[in-house]
Amino acid sequence: MRTKLLVLLAALAPVAAFASGGEARLDHVNIDVANKPALQRGARNFVNYCLGCHSAKYVRYNRMAADIGITEQQLIDNLMFTGERPHDTMRIGIDPDQARRWFGVVPPDLSLIARARGTDYLYTFLRSFYADPARPTGVNNIVLPGTAMPHVLWQLQGVQEAVWEGHPDAQGNVQKHFKEFKPAKPGTMKPEEFDGFVRDTVTFLEYIGEPARLQRESLGFPVIAFLVFFTLLAWALKKEYWKDVK
Amino acid sequence: MMASTNQTARTEGGRIKALVAWIDDRFPMTKLWKEQASEYYAPKNMNFWYYFGSLAMLVLVLQILTGIFLTMNYKPSAAEAFGSVEYIMRDVDWGWLIRYMHSTGASFFFIVVYLHMFRALLYGSYQKPRELLWIFGMLIYFALMAEGFFGYLLPWGNMSYWGAQVIVSLFGAIPYVGDSLTEWIRGDFYISDVTLNRFFALHVIAIPFALVFLVIAHLMALHEVGSNNPDGVEIKKVKGPDGIPLDGIAFHPYYTVKDMVGVGVFLILFCLVIFFGPTMGGYFLEHANFEPANALQTPPHIAPVWYYTPFYAILRSVPNKPLGAALMGVAVVLFVFLPWLDRSKVKSIRYRGPLSKFFITAFAISFLALGYLGMQPVTPTYTMAARVFATVYFAFFLLMPWYTSIDKTKPVPTRVTYHAH
Repeated sequence: MRTKLLVLLAALAPVAAFASGGEARLDHVNIDVANKPALQRGARNFVNYCLGCHSAKYVRYNRMAADIGITEQQLIDNLMFTGERPHDTMRIGIDPDQARRWFGVVPPDLSLIARARGTDYLYTFLRSFYADPARPTGVNNIVLPGTAMPHVLWQLQGVQEAVWEGHPDAQGNVQKHFKEFKPAKPGTMKPEEFDGFVRDTVTFLEYIGEPARLQRESLGFPVIAFLVFFTLLAWALKKEYWKDVK
Repeated sequence: MMASTNQTARTEGGRIKALVAWIDDRFPMTKLWKEQASEYYAPKNMNFWYYFGSLAMLVLVLQILTGIFLTMNYKPSAAEAFGSVEYIMRDVDWGWLIRYMHSTGASFFFIVVYLHMFRALLYGSYQKPRELLWIFGMLIYFALMAEGFFGYLLPWGNMSYWGAQVIVSLFGAIPYVGDSLTEWIRGDFYISDVTLNRFFALHVIAIPFALVFLVIAHLMALHEVGSNNPDGVEIKKVKGPDGIPLDGIAFHPYYTVKDMVGVGVFLILFCLVIFFGPTMGGYFLEHANFEPANALQTPPHIAPVWYYTPFYAILRSVPNKPLGAALMGVAVVLFVFLPWLDRSKVKSIRYRGPLSKFFITAFAISFLALGYLGMQPVTPTYTMAARVFATVYFAFFLLMPWYTSIDKTKPVPTRVTYHAH
């Protein structure tokens, strides 16, 4: 029963989060998928903190290594822990049935999460866990209330508490609204450091959502330049031919 | 006979001429070329609005070519479809480019076709003697809507799934046969692997085949009656001593070179989207479609792709489902009857009176507004607005016999207006 409820909650949570809109304001994050050091740090964060539970089953290790600017040996030494080969995709050993038993849901594959949800969403989500003893994981999240995900990064960020404010309506019922976070226990990182850590991770997630993006944008310029040249030529040709038309 | 052939074949040009003659004895190659291009006389005053026919052809060819290459790597099964699209995007050489060309091409096809249709409204191109040309065009438009709908299921994303679910369920609104009809369309009790497989068949064979056939019929009808023009003047009425319309110029080379400019500008815009914004902020490729189809989780907000939203807004604005579905169907089909709804003596907007100008402007605004509203979540204000715009939309068609017959018109010249550049 509890599992079913959790599944239902997890399924409905995004609906609530999107529908209400005003409840969870997303923080804007500027990311640059062409920033290789950021991508490399993001890859390190991803394999250390995300890949334990989440797969990225469409992402191939060696292509990723080439795109973020590391060698295959660096890839094997730093980013691969469990006997996959460089041409494999980022799959994980977690058994879906066990995952369901532990979390109530199977942690979603993250290959396309940035394209589905957007980078602002991910950036805000990962920074919005707060202590909530009522939850089995001990934490809740402002962006995705009732999320089954534990606060994986708590040692880095520390523990924060949510501050709520209430406005009694005409009937005297108090509607709680999230106001701000209040640090309760410091983490190993300073807040700005932690924001940078999350930004790098989100940059990596954005990159794996569409590895072709780097290629796409750099190819775009010569293509457009050629087409402009072609169009001018076609226009000159048209003018020449149409001189006869009186 | 042999000797003379050998003599002319001595030069390169002679050889080609001989080959052409050989073919022409067996197939009307030169005849077709002359009829369709080099001796097809089009009005010399065709303006900006006349680029979209050839551009629609270009997009059709692009869609067919990119479609063939996508089909080589796509797997039409519920278990594999989503993954195979990602495989195309990541592992197939240039797969991302082919896929973006195809997905962007779908939206551009509709942009081009909507502009092409609006041109016909502006200049009365559907009027006598072009009724059949117009009807073939409308059949192309219907086929295109079906093609887009079937194709949208194929990536098997969550919006594909729920979009198909919503649209197929509309057939359930038909009294008595509705439920069995939806089951027959899906081939299952819900959108499933079976549905995906048959939509694939319809998308890659049935509809493209019909489309190509209809495009040929559309062109044959066009070249039989001749192109209309911004003045709505029949150029065939004033011919020179050689039998060529005085206001006509050969399609090739004049319009082939002119259309090349159109193709260039079009490709610049097309490539800007492909290379710098293939999702167009969620309008061409919706965010929810990057999550695989999930029968247990609806996307937060289901909306069809932008090119169907004017009609979707009409559907949603009616509180009664069967009536809403019926009105949506009527809204699409009404275009077919334009040649008979329009009672005006003149074709072009240039010589029509204020009533016609008012109604066509109101119609264009309503169509765009409905398109916007169809993408938005339902709110009482939006629903009310959709009702107002839907009323204007229908008024454009249903009041047309009245306002076109009483509207003041200006005298139409015998020759087209053209200023040489």
